[in-house]
This record gives sequence, C-alpha cells and structure tokens, in this order.
Amino acid sequence: MRHLLTIEGMSREELEDFLDLADEFLEVLDRPIPKVPTLRGATVATMFFEPSTRTRLSFERAARALSADVLTFAPATSSVTKGESLKDTALTLRAMGADLMVVRHSATGAAHRVAQWVDVPVVNAGDGAHQHPTQAILDSLTLRRHFGKLDGLHVGIVGDIRHSRVARSGLQAFSTLGARVTLIAPPTLLPLDMTGWPVEVAHDFDDVLADLDVVYLLRIQQERGGATGFTSLPEYVRRFGLDDARFARLRPEAVVMHPGPMNRGVEISPHVADSSRTLILDQVRNGVAARMAVLFRLLASPGEGT
Amino acid sequence: MIVIRGGSVLTPDGIVVADVVVDGEEVIAVDEAPAQPRQSPSAQVLDASGCWVGPGLVDLHTHLREPGQEWKEDIASGSRAAAAGGFTAVVAMPNTVPAIDEGHRARFVAERGAKVGLCDVVPAGALSLGREGEHLARFDELIEAGVRLFTDDGDTLVDAGLLRRAMEYLADRDCVIAQHAEDPGLAGGGHMHEGSVSSRLGMRGLPALAEETVVARDLALVELTGATYHVQHVSTAGTVELIRRAKAAGLPVTAEVAPHHLVFDHHEVESMDPNFKMYPPLRTPDDVAELRRALLDGTIDAVATDHAPHADHEQEVTFEEAPRGVIGLETAAAATITATGIDQQRFFEALSISPARIARLEEHGRPVAPGSPANLVVVDPTATWTPRRFHSRSQNSPFLGRQLTGKVRATLLRGRLTHQETA
Repeated sequence: MRHLLTIEGMSREELEDFLDLADEFLEVLDRPIPKVPTLRGATVATMFFEPSTRTRLSFERAARALSADVLTFAPATSSVTKGESLKDTALTLRAMGADLMVVRHSATGAAHRVAQWVDVPVVNAGDGAHQHPTQAILDSLTLRRHFGKLDGLHVGIVGDIRHSRVARSGLQAFSTLGARVTLIAPPTLLPLDMTGWPVEVAHDFDDVLADLDVVYLLRIQQERGGATGFTSLPEYVRRFGLDDARFARLRPEAVVMHPGPMNRGVEISPHVADSSRTLILDQVRNGVAARMAVLFRLLASPGEGT
Repeated sequence: MIVIRGGSVLTPDGIVVADVVVDGEEVIAVDEAPAQPRQSPSAQVLDASGCWVGPGLVDLHTHLREPGQEWKEDIASGSRAAAAGGFTAVVAMPNTVPAIDEGHRARFVAERGAKVGLCDVVPAGALSLGREGEHLARFDELIEAGVRLFTDDGDTLVDAGLLRRAMEYLADRDCVIAQHAEDPGLAGGGHMHEGSVSSRLGMRGLPALAEETVVARDLALVELTGATYHVQHVSTAGTVELIRRAKAAGLPVTAEVAPHHLVFDHHEVESMDPNFKMYPPLRTPDDVAELRRALLDGTIDAVATDHAPHADHEQEVTFEEAPRGVIGLETAAAATITATGIDQQRFFEALSISPARIARLEEHGRPVAPGSPANLVVVDPTATWTPRRFHSRSQNSPFLGRQLTGKVRATLLRGRLTHQETA
C-alpha cells in the first residue's frame, strides 16, 4: 500500500493488518516511556486545511511515539490565505523534507490530488464528506477490542449521514469486517442514492434502537449544510437524539460511540456521554495507536500486509 | 489554386467522390471521377483519399476569454485551436470581462477575429446587462454590430419576466435566444451530477431536474412569444424528451450537445481530475446513450464544444474548487466520431450545416458546389490519434491521453489553408 486515501475497496486482510499492528502499538503506549525508535529520522507533515485540533494532535502524537519529526502546516497563518495553490503547498512541504503527508481538507478528493503531485505516501485525514479512513480504522479497532470481533454486530449509525465522511468510511470498514450496518436518519440527512451500499436504512430511531449492539452517533455538520435536514434543533433532538429514555431501552451490552466533537444535549444527552457504556474516550486513545499503525505501514514496511 | 483530390465530398446532391477545385475565395469546380486530373503548375494538391470533404465546421459555443481573461485564451490562440479543429466559424460566448452587452464590445471581438484571420469569430450578445439578470442588454446596438445569438451563458437567465421580454423583443428581430439551463436553487452549489457517484464521493450534486425545469419553463414562454429558442449543452435524457416534444409541436426550438457529454459519464469524476468538471456536469451512462441517439436522429441539432479554457495553475486545486469547463475545439470532430460512429452526412449537418443555420451564418455550412465560399474541412474519419498537447493556450481537456478516431487533415477559410496536417 502506497497511500491511505479511502476504505472503499480495502480487503478484510488489509483492514485486519492495521488492527493487528494497532494492538501492538497500544502496548507501546502503555509503557512508562511510550515511544519506539521505529521512524527516527522520518518527517511527517500534517496539512490541515480545515480546522481540526483533535485529529491533528492524534496524528502528531502517533508520529512522535514512533520517533518521527513533525512538520505542522497551519492554514490560518499560511500562504493559503495569500492564494497559494494546493499543489504548491504540497510541493513546498515535500521540499522541506516531508516523508509522508497527512491531509485534511473541506473538499472531496484533496488527499487524492496531493497524492498525484508528490512522490511520498499521503494519508487522507478527512476530505469533505467523502472519507476519513483512519477514523474507520480506529473505530473498528475500538469495536474489536471491546467485542472481540465485528462479525455479527449490529451497528446503527445515527444522524447526518449525508454530510459525514465518518459514516461513509466507517460503514465500509464495519461491513467488510462482518458487521451489519443500519443508517438511521431522516431522508433529508441520508445520501440521495445508496444503490449497492452494504447497509440497511431506518428513518425511525425507535424502530431499531433495541436491536443495536452499537449506537454510533454523529454530529450535525453545520458547516456542510447539515442543519437544512430538519426544521428545528429541538425537533432533531426529539427524533434522533440519544436521550436518557432511549438509552434505557438499549440492550444491556450495547455501547455508544461518537467521533467527536460531541454536542451534549443534541445528539447525545450529558448523562449518556458520561456513562460507562460509551467508548468515546477509548476511541480517542485507540486513535493514536491506529494512526501509528498507518504511519508505520506506509513508511517503515510499505510492502508488507497488502 | 488548391485541388482537394479524391475525397468523399458532401455536395448539395449528396456525397460523391470528387476533386474539389478552389480558386481565390470560392470553390470553382467539383469534378467527379475526372478522366484527366486537373493540372496546373501553380495548383497545390491535397490528397483527400479516404477522407470526408465538406463545409468548414461551425461552433455555436466557444469561450475565447478575450477581453479580460487572456491568460486562459485569447482570440488569436482560440482561433488557432479552432482552425486545427476544422472550424471556419465560432460563436464567441459573451461572458468575457466585461460582458458583451453593448455594440462596441461585440465589434471589438469581431474585428480582433478578422485581424487574426484564422476563422470567423462571430460574437454572441449577453441577454442581460453585465449578465446580471436584471436589465436587458443593449439589443439594438448588438444587432447593429452583427449579433444574432443572445445568451447569458455561464449563468441562466432565471427571471422569467425578463426572459419573456427578451423573447418578445428578439422574436421580432430574427434573433436566437440561447439558454444555459440550470436552476440555481436546484443546482444548490453542486459540483457534479447528483446521483450514485456524488452520493458515494460525498460531493454536493447538481440534479438533472436543475436543467429540465428551466427548459420546460422556457418552452412554455416560447409557445407564448414565438421566439426562436436554442438549448445549450443538453446533458440529460429528460431534456432530450422535452425537446423532442417541443419539436413535434412545431415550436422553433433547436439544441446542441457538447462532445464531452457524448463520451463521458459521471464515473469519470472518481479520478478527482478537474478536467472532468463542467456545467452541466457529466451525467449517467443512460443519459450519454440518449444524447448519442438524439444527435443521430436529429432531435439534437448540433454538436457545440463549450470550449472553456482554464490555465494549468487554476486546475491545481481540488475538484470542488476548480473552475468550470473544459476545452474542446481540437477534439470535437474526433470525439463525435468516436462516440457515435456518425456518418458523413449527419456529421456535417451536426457540426456545420445546422450550427451555421442556427447562428444565421450564410457563408458557412453550405454543401460544396461551384460558387460556394471555400470554407472547407478535410476529415479522415478512420485515423486514430491520442491528444497530448493543444494549440489552445489552455490544456484542460478530458481527452488528454485518450485515443480518438477521426482527424482533421486540413481547414480552408475563404480559400486559404488555416490548418494542414500530413497523413
């Protein structure tokens, strides 16, 4: 594997290779000195054209835990505001010695474009409403560690699916790993044409609630027009929020996940957010290990496991 | 004197194998099976065996970018591209900076074109002042300057009241209203066709209905006003059906299709290559099939390039951020042949005769006969080639690196060779 741009088309073996590696890196992160010299001398550049502190920090933490150096490209103070093209920005960072580029952008395909221009591996850290592959890997890792496997799990992804890259990459990973996926949203928040998608669809949360092993909640993507999918926020909370009453109806072994940042009181009640049955902080912790696995696979041993 | 020898020639009486003799600015003879090939020490002979010979191509839809955006294209570079593509006349879209909304601006474009002298550059006029959709452009001065086709192309004239007035006015002046049909509300800032691919890519989609609702509304206004109406770059099967019905009802309606819409569908966007970004967007394989059928059966009258140059550096961004449009002058003939397997008669109807009639160009689009203006093209319909580099100042073509069938061998404008290539 040369780049990590999308989950689409990835085999079960490729996904499990990342999960196995991430399991090993989780052990590293538990050590008194949570650092290995594997990528010493390598430079990882993070190019975040869309603000996202948590994902950028997670990648940088992963790079440093592998002893790589980090180049941080910060758009607020950069040449992007001076009219520099995406290509020139990418070539500039490459010329500064970046050995791998992590790209986050508000437009679909940004990482694909960068991969066409540079001769080093590119990791898609989220492109528009398209894909967020490392999120899908860390979520799969979290589910596998909690349940032992994904085979047979019923995962309900709830909310603004239409504008969600987390949903698009997640549903592909979960179903490839054997889970059953149901997308739960009103038609206005679902993709318009899901022909051939490995999912079921429910417009009523309460209909499927009691059948789920995993409730995966999404944030309303205000910045991509998510708020046009309903007529008032209280309406959304009433119909699709995981409130205390709905939480009480979940199966006892069911868990709650969220990619963050959460909006307490909207898609998730404060009580649920703080409950021991949410895996939200596990997702954050596992995210560092999952990204270590990706950086390792692309930089240290690109030939293996694919 | 130029003798185009042994080609398959489109004449008013049908297609014949003949030598076409050009002297000065005119065709002076079409010699079928000449017993004695015409000899003249000064004659230049072009071997056209195996080639189609017919009237020079006419493009109803060219963006030459001058005045205002000369880094993308100008009238000289665009004329070179046109000649290389077999065109002897192009209708220059008025969405320049400033827009062609006053007589002197149209005159500037025509005069620049004449000075370059590689093809006739025929200015189209804007429908609304500044293409802002609020007030009618200076129709009388524009008509005085030779404009016969009016469009706010690049944008849609949305205001139905203003469009009605434009139709009422122009119906009386033997002019054509051409519409870029895209309802802004339904288009919703979409970047590509709304469908299975846009849903998967998470890209905002532009539904087929954004085009079809505008065409349906405009056709009702045509019925009311009797204006001559032309649908630009038809992209959906639904629009084809609307045109088919309007023509059956006898409305004065014509339509064009762009070569890229005959060849590519929305799956190409998966490459994220901005050379597949245009408005209207690439649609579904079913739409592509229907467009091909409609071109061959005459429901769609013409192939028009929507040649829309953008500089390399403007393309070095994401698909969503890239500007709209692709170049097409140098690949239009080949793309049409490759996509449809069109025959010679229909080829010249679609790329020369119909567009010349729609744009009211009397010196173009005339079958080859003694006394007709020597605006001619020689096309080898079986030659294959792969575009790598274009005469256009911009290189934003979806056909780069794709093998095409059909090659323009020579172009003559009023008896002068404006393009020639050896076999």
